[in-house]
Amino acid sequence: MASTSVVSNPAPTSTDRSRDSKRKKKKKLQKEYLQSHFKWKSQAQQQIYSSKLHQALARVNLASTSVPRRGKAVREAADRVLAATAKGKTRWSRAILANRRLKLKFSKQHKRQRVAQPALTRSKKPRVSVLRLKGKKNLPAVQRKLRFLARLVPGCRKEPVPVILEEAIDYIPALEMQVRAMAALLNLLSGSGAAASDSSSGAGTSSAPPS
Amino acid sequence: MSSRRSRQTSGSSNISDDQIKDLVSKLQQLLPEIRHTRTDKVSSAKVLQETCNYIRSLHREVDDLSERLSELLATTDTAQAALIRNLLLQ
Repeated sequence: MASTSVVSNPAPTSTDRSRDSKRKKKKKLQKEYLQSHFKWKSQAQQQIYSSKLHQALARVNLASTSVPRRGKAVREAADRVLAATAKGKTRWSRAILANRRLKLKFSKQHKRQRVAQPALTRSKKPRVSVLRLKGKKNLPAVQRKLRFLARLVPGCRKEPVPVILEEAIDYIPALEMQVRAMAALLNLLSGSGAAASDSSSGAGTSSAPPS
Repeated sequence: MSSRRSRQTSGSSNISDDQIKDLVSKLQQLLPEIRHTRTDKVSSAKVLQETCNYIRSLHREVDDLSERLSELLATTDTAQAALIRNLLLQ
């Protein structure tokens, strides 16, 4: 009954600790890397974005809108798809999606919505004074730049300092990916577009893409 | 650390200088300009400035690409669009 089996127990404390630390390190690495830079650099992410963008663009009725608004419509669609690809974990993505919904509702005379919305997003945290940003005393230049940055990144106007920085850290790689994806899409379209214009107009079913 | 923050409103905000410095350095790594130069001696004002400039230039690029995309898309027909979609999904 009490015979201890001779199960080999090759687990000295050192390997346990190393395994544990490795696991922790891997978890931390995963969490960190998946959060911003590497997430937006992955090819898979870009492909997801490209296909979604293309679908969205197909839905945008470009023939109906006049020329000056066309580019804006494309930009808005691209931003929207970018925010959707971000899966709503960051403020800027939520702000873009909320903004669009606001704009649609706004046009349908829901004026009160606009007032209600900021109340929801206003956090109760006290704002971190920007004096602490550089460790030195009052630097109005830094403060100004920070406010400017907050205006550039969507959804960050009233957020405290570290939030603005975190959002920017995620927003920049996302924008870079957006640029890459749109440039690739443009390349693709213009390449096959040129080939199709050579063939007869109208019936473009049998136009093979240039490989 | 708590002595330095005597002037600040304490409470739920546990944001330390180190955390902010860490964030700024992470931001610095993303910027193409500053990455190539000496990384230690860049002030946070410069990092913020470069960040603003970079984001603005990225916005401009996206706007420009949108314009060109919109022009192109307005001229291609739907059969081609289906073709391209297949290409993309591969």
